[in-house]
Amino acid sequence: MNVMDIFATMEYGPAPESAAPALQWIKERQPFGLFINNQWVTPASGQYIDSINPANGKALAQVAAANSADVDAAVAAARTAFETWGKTPGHVRARYMYAIARHIQKHSRLLAVLEALDNGKSIRETRDLDIPLVARHFYYHAGWAQLMSSELPGYEAVGVVGQIIPWNFPLLMMAWKIAPALAMGNTVVLKPARYTSLTALKFSEIMQEVGLPPGVVNILTGEASQVGEALVRHPDVNKIAFTGSTDVGRSIRRATAGSGKKLSLELGGKSPFIVFDDADLDSVVEGVVDAIWFNQGQVCCAGSRLLVQEDIADTLINKLRVRMEKLRLGDPLDKAVDMGAIVSPGQLKEIQRLVAQGVEEGAVMWQPSWACPTEGYFFPPTLFTNVAPSTSIAQVEIFGPVLVSMTFRTPAEAVALANNTRYGLAASVWSENINLTLDIAPRLKAGSVWINCTNMFDASSGFGGYRESGFGREGGKEGLYEYVRPAWEAQGKAQHAIVTNGAATSGEKTFEGMQSIAPEDDDEQTNEHSAWPANGGNGTTDLLPPIDRTPKLFIKGKQVRPDSGYSRDIVDPQQRVIGQVGEGNRKDIRNAVEAAHAASGWTNGTTHNRAQILYYIAENLAIRENEFARRIAQQTGRPLVDASGEVEVAISRLFSYGAWADKFEGVVHRPPLRGVVLAMNEAIGVIGMACPNEYPLLGFISLVAPAIAMGNTVVVIPSQQSPLSATDFYQVFETSDLPAGVVNIITGDRDTLCQVLADHDDVDAMWYFGSAEGSKLVELASAGNMKRTWVNYGHLRDWLEAEQGEGEEFLRESTQVKNIWVPYGE
Amino acid sequence: MTTTKRRTGNEAQSETIQQPAAIVHPERNPGMPLDMEWVSRVHINRSAVERRAATMSTRRTVKKEWQAAWLLRAITCIDLTTLAGDDTPGNVLRLCAKARQPVRPEILQGLGANSLNVQVGAVCVYHNLVPVAVEALRGSDIPVAAVSTGFPAGQNPMEQKLAEIDASVKAGAAEIDIVISRAHVLTGNWQALYDEVRAFRLACGDAHMKTILATYELATLRNVGMASLVCMMAGADFIKTSTGKEPVNAVLPVGIVMVRAIRDYYEQTGFKVGFKPAGGIRSAKEALDWLILMKEELGNDWLHNTLFRIGASGLLSDIERQLSYFVTGHYAAAHYNPMV
Repeated sequence: MNVMDIFATMEYGPAPESAAPALQWIKERQPFGLFINNQWVTPASGQYIDSINPANGKALAQVAAANSADVDAAVAAARTAFETWGKTPGHVRARYMYAIARHIQKHSRLLAVLEALDNGKSIRETRDLDIPLVARHFYYHAGWAQLMSSELPGYEAVGVVGQIIPWNFPLLMMAWKIAPALAMGNTVVLKPARYTSLTALKFSEIMQEVGLPPGVVNILTGEASQVGEALVRHPDVNKIAFTGSTDVGRSIRRATAGSGKKLSLELGGKSPFIVFDDADLDSVVEGVVDAIWFNQGQVCCAGSRLLVQEDIADTLINKLRVRMEKLRLGDPLDKAVDMGAIVSPGQLKEIQRLVAQGVEEGAVMWQPSWACPTEGYFFPPTLFTNVAPSTSIAQVEIFGPVLVSMTFRTPAEAVALANNTRYGLAASVWSENINLTLDIAPRLKAGSVWINCTNMFDASSGFGGYRESGFGREGGKEGLYEYVRPAWEAQGKAQHAIVTNGAATSGEKTFEGMQSIAPEDDDEQTNEHSAWPANGGNGTTDLLPPIDRTPKLFIKGKQVRPDSGYSRDIVDPQQRVIGQVGEGNRKDIRNAVEAAHAASGWTNGTTHNRAQILYYIAENLAIRENEFARRIAQQTGRPLVDASGEVEVAISRLFSYGAWADKFEGVVHRPPLRGVVLAMNEAIGVIGMACPNEYPLLGFISLVAPAIAMGNTVVVIPSQQSPLSATDFYQVFETSDLPAGVVNIITGDRDTLCQVLADHDDVDAMWYFGSAEGSKLVELASAGNMKRTWVNYGHLRDWLEAEQGEGEEFLRESTQVKNIWVPYGE
Repeated sequence: MTTTKRRTGNEAQSETIQQPAAIVHPERNPGMPLDMEWVSRVHINRSAVERRAATMSTRRTVKKEWQAAWLLRAITCIDLTTLAGDDTPGNVLRLCAKARQPVRPEILQGLGANSLNVQVGAVCVYHNLVPVAVEALRGSDIPVAAVSTGFPAGQNPMEQKLAEIDASVKAGAAEIDIVISRAHVLTGNWQALYDEVRAFRLACGDAHMKTILATYELATLRNVGMASLVCMMAGADFIKTSTGKEPVNAVLPVGIVMVRAIRDYYEQTGFKVGFKPAGGIRSAKEALDWLILMKEELGNDWLHNTLFRIGASGLLSDIERQLSYFVTGHYAAAHYNPMV
């Protein structure tokens, strides 16, 4: 082209970033080995795989294919390194991490070019977004290493962490995984994605450059089926952190069930992008570009569902089409393209398949008129209109540059459409009315809500999902807890817990205890037996049989008979039957979950009100302190004074959560933008919980109180062995203004009922304090809807001790953090 | 990307890119009645606009021949300006000479662009110097623009403003850069703003009117967007960011708001209004950023000086320096390029 011609046409020309330095770097090093103990190691299999440049389909480099033997070696290296790294002072770790951040910046262009070559994303994105965010992540977490001892007292590193990352943001996802892990004193074995290992290998060199102690970070390239699988199942790995598809996340949840491995999953999404009619529509258009055509739409939190208020839908769609005509797609190393290549032929085929399906389902597809390169794996930006919520393209994560649009009439309908998905990763809300946006944001089921912006990320602000988008957060202080555990747990001083009735089923039952359920007379305090004699000491009831008490189930604020029509005997340690409770079943659980959902007013109510009710429950329990103490003694055989102690702790605990109800507040993050990020602790929703067998009252209160204090509604399976404290509690709830459905109690066989709860797709979290087998059962079944789980793997905790029995751990399990990004400025 | 194939059929081809080289003068914007319902629908999100501004020039760039060609185009869009208290016929004559021959002939030769007859878009001066400039540019088709209506503050009586326009037009100014009364915007008196600009437009007659918003003094981007619309409704041929005398003058976020208003107006009325960023644009890179903005948000029609001007003085020197580098492969000393 000559200058005169270009002067006339004013077209763009090529603006290539040179690949030469990066190609030279590859040439000098390949085939790449595995990075174990700060050494480059030949893979045990001797096998290598090609890394492909998706922009031309040609091999870029050969990288090692690790197998389970390599995983063993890397985990062993990490375990050895952990012995010292875990004890290394925070300041020393901070120095290393600061050095990593500096080195990322020093090699920023090489990393950016490698990433663009390997992944197919544009150099603009790798240069301006990926790599700066990587450096920022290490700077930020270097700070947490420095502050860990003062800001996270009582917590310790988890140990050896296995990390598996996706191909869409190879280096950035690695930073999100490695930075918090190292900051908290863990060591790492990380598997990059099959298609995109090169920046991880450059990162390995940086580990050598900064002199990180050997074994702290180990990088294993290769196939997921070999490396990922072995890592997930490795017995000496203490935690798995995974980012990727929901399907794989689900299988990891199942594979690790019952193993005691900590788990954080950042999975798929079908995020809504909501536009109200008073939005700045031209800015909305750019927002859509950033939402769905960023990284070719291969973004887990991509705003892939455009929800537009009906009156502006045509205007916005027209603007979008005009904008799409101007998008430029091509060589990822061209500095003037908006979109590069799709990562692999397989991914391209999947996008094509889903788009064809969308057309078949009757949606209207539109693509810009310009040409798309045929060499390499490219797919043009695509817009679907006339999309019904029921179609597959409206439901399925496409993971490509494909936007589906729908219209809504009212804010309520916008929320309903937005939440009409299994996922809950992110959402974007556009309106110039701050009242409207701040009203909508808390109602969206999403871990990140971006107001008048989209795809905003920063190390200071946690990122992660609701629902089937996974659990755990990355970034912010909230993300650190994924890489620590309570020190008491690590030190193994779990319990001097009293465990009674271990063999409750053995021996012959008798029914003599039945006649003396919960005597009302305070004079009986001196009686040291748990089962009370039929003839109370005061002589007035000598000839009268006691009035029968029949604890039913407690659903929707009412005492209801079990659906089964069966009852089960409750015995004391002497095998005397001291009562009978309803045998709950599947339908009772179903009804209880429905009741818990219907009580959502509790979630939206004020924290002050919740605090008042918790105090009121404590007040009403205190009135009946003796009765509850006797019941504990009766069920457990423990001395009355001991049982009284349990009641007193329970009352105190209710006060604790009454106190916390309006104090477990979120924080305001300050990422580098003019605005704020509100990290709100939100209720999870409906929590199913199985209470420990021991401490029939305190175990029950310790779980129910934090959950409802944070605004959850619960379905509780009380102590299977000693449920009468919970069933006695119906009356306390009934006299304490607790709204119907907030607490629902189903007695019966714990693990059978837990299976139903954990299988239930409308239960958002499951807590389980029972056996190791039951813990596994709960984690396995919870994989269905990726519900959050909190289980004890059969380990006991000392419920009497505040350190183990109450506090922030319980509050964190009761909440999930939503980060609401609010840029401002007029 | 060695091979590309067009995915779509012939119908799409008709709307593609090759632009006719010939400059088509757009039909002049006649204005329209003030439509407050439309004006009140203006919504501007500042943070989002700033994000767009920040990525405008990271998403697009031109290199090598493309950059040289674009810079030549930028020169043709410059309103070469001097607006100082110490302006005399002497420095205005020098400016006009530079306007006729903005690039050294050997550089044009090196670019293969001798036949382009590159010259700037206009020369812009105060009223008193209009006759000097008109005389100096006689024989060229470079128009003279006069700043007017109590430039830069616009705090003169209305009769004086109208008289000033009239005098400049009579003196031979083909373009009048008026300033609006910022008070009308800040007090929300859109009718007064409309009436004022309408009166200016009538006073301009055949002279083209550029409407200076002095955006910094309008305080918010929403005010900028609303004022842009009202001025176009009142018949502005161009809307212009700044006088060059405000603390902050032409910056991209403001430009984005104004060109989007132009796009909106065009879509609603069919009339193309021009845009002129002025003040603070000193480097070749910035000039390219503004051209990219025009191309991306408005399209190639707005890359001609019929619809796009850059108000600047020092800019030309930097562009010449960049072109010299392109031709020679090394950077020229400042004194190699004839001063403005």
